[in-house]
Amino acid sequence: MTTQAMTAGRAPMPGMKVYNLKLGMWIFLLSEVMFFTGLIGSYIILRFAHPEQFAEPGEVLNVPLTAFNTFLLICSSVTMVKAYAAIQQGDQQGLKNWLLATIVIGASFVGVQAYEYIQLAGEGFVPIADLYAAGEAHGELIGGQLYGSTFYTMTGFHGTHVSIGVLCLCFTYWRAAKGAYTADSLGGVEIMGLYWHFVDLVWIILFTIVYLI
Amino acid sequence: MNWSWILPPSFSTVSGDIDGIYMVILWITGITFFITEGLLFYFIFKYRHKEGRKATYDHGSTKMEIAWTMIPLVIVLWIGALSKGVWDTVKVDVPPAGLEIIVTGKQFEWTVTYPGPDGALGTSDDFETLNELHAPEDQAVVITLRSEDVIHSFFLPEMRIKQDAVPGQDITVWFEAIQPGDYTIGCAELCGIGHTTMNGTLTVYTAADFEAWSSSQAQQQQP
Amino acid sequence: MSTIEQEMVRTAEGGHHDHHELPFIRKYIFATDHKMIAKQFMFVSLFFLVIGGLLATMMRWQLGFPNQPMPGGMLLPDAMMAPTPNGAIMLPEFYNSLLTMHGTIMIFFAIMPLLVGLFGNLLIPLQIGAEDMAFPRLNMISFWLAVPAGILMLASFAVEGGAAGAGWTSYAPLSASGEWTGVYLGQQLWLVSLTILGFSSLVGAVNYISTVINMRAPGMTWFRLPLSTWALFITAILILLAIPILAGALIMLLFDQTIGTGFFRPEVGGEPLLWQHLFWFFGHPEVYILILPAMGIASEVLSNRARKPIFGYHSMVLALIGIGFLGWIVWGHHMFMSGMNPLLGTSFMISTMAIAVPSAIKTFNWLATVWKGDLHLDSPMLYALAFVSMFIIGGLSGIFMASTPVDIYIHDTYFIVAHIHYVLFGGSLFAIFAGITFWYPKMFGRMMNERINKIHFAFTFVLYNLVFWPMHNLGLQGMMRRIYDFTQYEYLAPLQPMNQFISICVFLLVATQALYAFSFFWSMFRGEKAGNNPWDSNTLEWTVPSPPPHGNFPEMPVVYRGPYEYSSPESEKDFYPQTQPPSKPPVQELIPEPVTPTPEGF
Repeated sequence: MTTQAMTAGRAPMPGMKVYNLKLGMWIFLLSEVMFFTGLIGSYIILRFAHPEQFAEPGEVLNVPLTAFNTFLLICSSVTMVKAYAAIQQGDQQGLKNWLLATIVIGASFVGVQAYEYIQLAGEGFVPIADLYAAGEAHGELIGGQLYGSTFYTMTGFHGTHVSIGVLCLCFTYWRAAKGAYTADSLGGVEIMGLYWHFVDLVWIILFTIVYLI
Repeated sequence: MNWSWILPPSFSTVSGDIDGIYMVILWITGITFFITEGLLFYFIFKYRHKEGRKATYDHGSTKMEIAWTMIPLVIVLWIGALSKGVWDTVKVDVPPAGLEIIVTGKQFEWTVTYPGPDGALGTSDDFETLNELHAPEDQAVVITLRSEDVIHSFFLPEMRIKQDAVPGQDITVWFEAIQPGDYTIGCAELCGIGHTTMNGTLTVYTAADFEAWSSSQAQQQQP
Repeated sequence: MSTIEQEMVRTAEGGHHDHHELPFIRKYIFATDHKMIAKQFMFVSLFFLVIGGLLATMMRWQLGFPNQPMPGGMLLPDAMMAPTPNGAIMLPEFYNSLLTMHGTIMIFFAIMPLLVGLFGNLLIPLQIGAEDMAFPRLNMISFWLAVPAGILMLASFAVEGGAAGAGWTSYAPLSASGEWTGVYLGQQLWLVSLTILGFSSLVGAVNYISTVINMRAPGMTWFRLPLSTWALFITAILILLAIPILAGALIMLLFDQTIGTGFFRPEVGGEPLLWQHLFWFFGHPEVYILILPAMGIASEVLSNRARKPIFGYHSMVLALIGIGFLGWIVWGHHMFMSGMNPLLGTSFMISTMAIAVPSAIKTFNWLATVWKGDLHLDSPMLYALAFVSMFIIGGLSGIFMASTPVDIYIHDTYFIVAHIHYVLFGGSLFAIFAGITFWYPKMFGRMMNERINKIHFAFTFVLYNLVFWPMHNLGLQGMMRRIYDFTQYEYLAPLQPMNQFISICVFLLVATQALYAFSFFWSMFRGEKAGNNPWDSNTLEWTVPSPPPHGNFPEMPVVYRGPYEYSSPESEKDFYPQTQPPSKPPVQELIPEPVTPTPEGF
């Protein structure tokens, strides 16, 4: 019996009944949960230990603008779902269109966040302790440097993850344009979706904790 | 070269408790050490390969697993329970102070602030010593421990006292010496280039001698 | 076919069928074959092991011969060694860098990559019957992230201000600003290097976990996995979950140092204890990352060389899982003296006492494995037995420091240093020696030189104990850690002779390692040629040639039994390989029905 015939006749252990790429992405996302837990956990601890350095979210942060941004990101998750649904039907054009929509909305999210940062920095809300103190001295600011430090670190790393996600989406779009994905071979789109939804979920949690509470 | 596993002499009210727990652990771990290492070396010798030797085909014994899970668990939890009592005595139950002082660590020295004749800290008759702690015997010396820069660790080996000094915090640590003498102050947390030089002297007096020392210091350091 | 079905077929086909030779650069440099990557990790890590040893040697010079000119000291820059007419004397700032970098390099660039990078890569695919890791290119990235991390770490010695000097634990605020240590760029490079290394470990962990879950051969159920694979699997989970916490902490500290945030800087309202909590929340799982694979290796070698099943296989697995799980709730025992609430101290003490139990279970099971065995006392076995012996000491000494009141006295003393080194050197490193010697033939097709290894073992075992056993006593006498010149303390001056004795033994111990190095390289060219299975072992890696071909298994292996069937009555020989078909009919439900692919798919 040839090697191929013999081995093809034996199915491997089914494992998680999930193909490698998808399993790998889930496992990777688990590590990302820990990363954001570390950052958000630190914020929570610091906020309880030094409440005087923080402020009610609305006093410093632009909650309405960020709420709109949250809505944008949720929309991009919807477009991502549509993209995946499209390729499940074998609709290559649909895949490309919805991927493009996701890219545009994702990039907009980053843009709005950058705008928000510039606004805040202009008001003296920065992650730099000495500059913050200088702003405080002029009576311009509320709270203390821990607020800026934690805010920019948490949202900045999230924004970085979104940006990386947008780049990966562009790569996925490029591959889609080459016809790499079909109804039977859509693992790459699925794991892209998993990452994107994760980034969205982290934002919802972050938004709630940082902007609403 | 001192190979002894007996702790060096100690002169505070908690020494007996701390050294006592240590001895309990030493006995238990010591006996365990001799039994397990003894068995290991015995097995190596007895079961080394010889012509014709066959190993026993044995996958294990649930009874043994339960035994060597429960027995160590009971022992270590018992040690934990004993330890908790002493821990609470040292760290939680701070006795009423015979003398209250402030010890401030900074790179690379200890500053000790005494209350002066009025017996209150934070008043104008407070005086200071550098790298010296003077204390009366048989009185609880309650220290507010501070740091001006990085984390140091206030270590009085002969009193069995150690507490990290954390900048931004006031931490309470206390001791009660039972014998006059000269003892050691050390820093037990890496604090920079001069960490090795943060040594000082703890001098314990009789109550009368301490009064005398304290008054003369207060006079010398009068503003 | 769906994606999963395609993948199943591809895996079922077992091995690559492209027979063209890879170009040198794809085979040796940017390799994606797990066996080559394992060797890459091995060579780089052994190099760092030597560096770490040299750093310790210099430290021991200062401790053994305080403030005396060090041989070769004049070769080092003035920032490290102060020149005098008689030679160069070590400066305290260099001593602090030495102790920091010794710990950092040994833990992150030697022990961890040896246990996880070498043995994880070498053993996992082979022992589960897979052709390679789930993500071979990601595996390559894992190695090639570790290299720049290592280069940055070494480079930090050469920058102004020198290498990091706040201890491998890098407590804030000492580490948060160069004004406290005099080290600026060096401290930042330390942080960047470890962050990059963290990525390396993280992607490695994703690979290992995915591979073990998804790519086991038919019949390789969870409870037929060798303990070495189990240990590496649990270790990978610990890495996956702990490293991101470290990454967050490192980044926050880097921001404190560079941007000027104040997470850990009390002078601007930050919280120094937050660093300790974050670091040790990672740091305690980290030490289990450093010992679990060693335990797995010891189990493999002990069972094989005793020709006897591992005693209590299921308990051994549960103990590994127990250690992995409990390891998350004991971190505060590094912080008993930190100013943390004493009640928290008590709760951490209880959990720490509890975690002694699974380690004890494993030790008793190793003893019972050896009992009534047929012990072949060759060098891998000797190293593995030494592992058990030293681990007992390291584990028992841990009970002293787990007790909060005793820890008041011994915290930050040489008693702790003794404990650390009994588990990391007596434990992990001896297991690494055992593992390299045992799997050497699988890697290089030749056996190591037994005679030289035995001499190396004897000298290392004796000298190692002469170095680290007395450190218990030094700690009990009150000698602190990380202390450049303990003679400044009058009560410690009598410890000078013991320190000198230890230092001389260290010099001899380091020199002795040349024997293993010689055996290692000599055997590559002159070692006795090895067949598939020189140790008469049961696990799958020994069913293929030494070294195995690309793709490992020419045919998909099928597993019929557990890995420790030594001296089984069902086998004529004293071993019974996992893939050998039984003479009796197999238990049907454990082997999947053969599935014939049809044009429509499965």
